Amino acid sequence: MWFKKLYSQRHIQIMALLGVAWIIIFNYIPMYGVIIAFKEFNIVRSIGEAPWVGFTHFLEFFKDESFIDVMRNTLGISLIKLVIGFPLPIIFALFLNEVRSVLFKRTIQTISYLPHFLSWVILGGILTTWLADVGIINNVLLALHFIDEPISYLAEPSYFWSIIITSDIWKELGWSAIIYLAAISSVSPELYEAATIDGAGRFQKMWYVTLPSIKATISILFILAVSGVLNSNFDQVLVLRNSLNESASNVIDIYVYQTGMQQGRYSYSTAVGLFKSVIALVLLLIANRVTKKMNDTSLF
Amino acid sequence: MLNIKRKTKGEAIFDLFNNFGMLLVCFATLYPIWYVLVNAFNEGQDGMRGGIYWWPRVFSFESFDAVFQSTGIMTAMGITVAKTLLGTLLHVFFTAMVAYAFSRKGLIGGKIYMLFGTVTLFFGGGLIPTYLLMRDLHLLDNFMVYIIPAMFSFFDLIIFMTFFREIPDGLEEAAKIDGANDWLIFIKIVLPVSMPVIATIALFHGVYQWNDYFAGVIYMNNMDLQPIQTYLYRVVAQSSSSQMLAAIPGGIGKSVTTQSIKLATMVVTTLPIVLVYPFLQKYFVKGMMIGSIKG
Repeated sequence: MWFKKLYSQRHIQIMALLGVAWIIIFNYIPMYGVIIAFKEFNIVRSIGEAPWVGFTHFLEFFKDESFIDVMRNTLGISLIKLVIGFPLPIIFALFLNEVRSVLFKRTIQTISYLPHFLSWVILGGILTTWLADVGIINNVLLALHFIDEPISYLAEPSYFWSIIITSDIWKELGWSAIIYLAAISSVSPELYEAATIDGAGRFQKMWYVTLPSIKATISILFILAVSGVLNSNFDQVLVLRNSLNESASNVIDIYVYQTGMQQGRYSYSTAVGLFKSVIALVLLLIANRVTKKMNDTSLF
Repeated sequence: MLNIKRKTKGEAIFDLFNNFGMLLVCFATLYPIWYVLVNAFNEGQDGMRGGIYWWPRVFSFESFDAVFQSTGIMTAMGITVAKTLLGTLLHVFFTAMVAYAFSRKGLIGGKIYMLFGTVTLFFGGGLIPTYLLMRDLHLLDNFMVYIIPAMFSFFDLIIFMTFFREIPDGLEEAAKIDGANDWLIFIKIVLPVSMPVIATIALFHGVYQWNDYFAGVIYMNNMDLQPIQTYLYRVVAQSSSSQMLAAIPGGIGKSVTTQSIKLATMVVTTLPIVLVYPFLQKYFVKGMMIGSIKG
């Protein structure tokens, strides 16, 4: 019986199975490839032939002198980004929603998500231009006598985190706000009218009506933000790092790239990458659990 | 309604500050881009002195001339255009096709297929296993490395599926009665009525293809096949300005500097996206909502 049904949907099945085949090749084969993290793999041998070495590569990473730096940079950048970068789009959306003129509102929106469409390479170019010795930042600070000689910002590790976090906010503020604006626009106007009758001002309406109404959206996006916390902007850091700021710019993804692609330590690099994925998954589960407890919203 | 009521003093002050704050955000967003633009249009040697904030001091097209005449940059630009067009076309068609199949009611194995795909949202192989796969598939130093591995996205599939489920069943049934098979229904009926979601995904993926530099960095040793973003990455991050200087044809090398040609390349690379996105924004705002609610 079901065979007849299967035959009747043969065209659809072909479409579906083409997709499944793609998923197997490009998603599941690399997942299988992760086992080289527990093996001593090199290019001349196949994955199956390589001898097992257990957790050797993981232990090697924990003992490596870069371990502390890498973890500090990864967690540091991510945590600050979460604390500052996560609430800012919400605040921006709340205030943008209060703009009365529809035309002005649309214009601001269109402008604010323009940077999202620029690549990190372009932004890297803009930043190196801005932060150069003869760049605008130094020129302005010199003119105002805040500094006596130009600072090479990208050569100083102490500035690196601020540069990463500020430029990331600049790029994504407007884009991240879209989703909150969409959520806000579906809040019932009656709630605002009721609040107005009760004598609520603009800030009170934002705090007591708008914010609670978009709590579910905030929770979901927070879970996603936490699970992505260890992906401390690989593209961005890769463009902006150099040998001088290394102590502040060496994050886990960069370390994986360096040890794997540049030094050819395939097994070691895969082990470090796997370590990251496991932590990210644990963080996802924790964030999911916490938001579920707090306000009954969760991803799963 | 509410707006007809006269504003109180507090409201007026709030609006004033709020609008001012918004203008400030706009300025902070646009000015860094404007700064690059005016500096790119300034004569190279003069630009080195700095201090160009609002308008070019010595107006010059020379850096742009140099960009358009240097074969290296133009080859890279051509690769980018090619991979963006072909990549987006294939990504949209293939992902939509799979999503259409997955969204059909009564699909045998449908639940398992979905579970299979959902897992990929949370687990992945990582850099090295993926690289080894590309090597085994002979995709290294091959143009198709930009296209095939990016042909499908499970996240985009979810967005497509959400949209397809809204299409009335009657449309498909009518076509079936007329003797159309599933391929024909998908191409002649489902795709044409799905233009909003197609535009959204096309924009997302088009921007991804246009901006991606990393595939070029890890999978390409052949410089003739690198996209413009990879080319720029090598100049910006690895400061291999020699590559850029070598690319400038001899005749106009006098006032053009590596810095000015870098700025001009950045402008040329960014312009297509800046020109396209205002026209598509009504689509992608909607698309992002669908994606986020279900994703």
